[in-house]
Amino acid sequence: MIGNSFFINALRFTLLVLVQVLVFNRLDFFGFINPMIYVLFVYWYPIKENRSTFLIISFLLGLCVDIFSDTLAINTAASVTIAYFRPVLMRFVFGVNYEFQSFKLNNSTKAQQITFLALLIVIHHLTYFTLEIFSFANGSLIVQKTLIIGLATLILCLLLISLFSTKKE
Amino acid sequence: MQQIINFLIRYKTFLLYLLLLLISFVFTFQSHSYHQSKFLNSANYISGSLYAFSDNFTSYFALREENEALLKENEVLRHQLYNQESYAASPDSSKAAYKVLRGKVVKNSFSGQRNYITIDQGKSDSIAQDMGVITDKGILGIVENTSNGFASVQSILNDKSKINAKIKNSNHFGSLVWDTKKYTTVQLIDIPRLAPLSIGDTIVTGAMSSIFPENIPIGTISKFDLDSSKSFYFIDIALFNDMTNVKNVYIIQDLNRAEVLELEAETQTDDR
Repeated sequence: MIGNSFFINALRFTLLVLVQVLVFNRLDFFGFINPMIYVLFVYWYPIKENRSTFLIISFLLGLCVDIFSDTLAINTAASVTIAYFRPVLMRFVFGVNYEFQSFKLNNSTKAQQITFLALLIVIHHLTYFTLEIFSFANGSLIVQKTLIIGLATLILCLLLISLFSTKKE
Repeated sequence: MQQIINFLIRYKTFLLYLLLLLISFVFTFQSHSYHQSKFLNSANYISGSLYAFSDNFTSYFALREENEALLKENEVLRHQLYNQESYAASPDSSKAAYKVLRGKVVKNSFSGQRNYITIDQGKSDSIAQDMGVITDKGILGIVENTSNGFASVQSILNDKSKINAKIKNSNHFGSLVWDTKKYTTVQLIDIPRLAPLSIGDTIVTGAMSSIFPENIPIGTISKFDLDSSKSFYFIDIALFNDMTNVKNVYIIQDLNRAEVLELEAETQTDDR
């Protein structure tokens, strides 16, 4: 069982990095919209795992994306940040019952899932663009980019989630 | 002691987070004022090969257009060559000031603040840092890092980029920068107010750099205005190059660069 979960996560890690750098980094929709769909890894990662391992894996995930897209270590900082804040966000969105053994992401309501994903994306993009632009004189640009590109990321992530959902209707 | 250990255990996730964040900040800010990080760039073996692999497929789609463009360029070059006064079939290579190498873009980006392009030529093809990269239409950027088979190029669409440029017909020179807003437009600053300007004037590279040869086209003036000090112009330039669609590039090696740099360093030490 552990081997299975490890295998799925390793495959997910590789595929998300490849899809991110080969497809979504080149999308350039309207000239500047490049959704960062690798955030989905943090969304999908098992809840009951060791937090330190999770932080280190997220660090490596960001680093891989950074190496491919020449963005110094901005993606790394952003993905480590959402990995750290994930438990806080989960408690906020799902209430205390996410700590129970039987909790599964699929069992929660659609609204809760979308809120959780949207919060992850907002924090990730805010960290990313703050570091990329790195001046508070351009505060409005940071907010603008976070909202527009965040919305694009959210839509694409929802599409990908419904595409790979294992739940049978 | 017990309490310190307890503290460490209790906050170990937070401390790990801080450590990882610190590492990423170090990678982000340790880079030289205008150079990208030495370790984190796409000119390494793994990412370079992956991009080259994917380029193998995607390059087929534009093959016809690329061929057309190269033929057109050949036509222009032959025209220039045959109309030169002293046409020599094999120019004397010992007197050449520049060496031109060819390359192919395997990864391009233009939507961020600091854009880098990866090309499929590296150290083993005698590419080194600070060589100029151009296309047949105009300048593209400067080589930043190299690995054995690949090089990453700092695009002119990069807020760290600063290139010497001049107005073609009046020889007033300034610096070419990018305000990160539009990928079709770059800015020329530090042109004095007394320079005669008009919309549509051509901007070319200046003679002050030991990276690019003089008179490589950049773009045309699309808008100009005085800056806040009212003594210099702030000029918008529409690029000749379509930065979203670059494939075949030329890398220029200035053979006199080492000599020029040595001389400049010598002069500076003499001044002190």
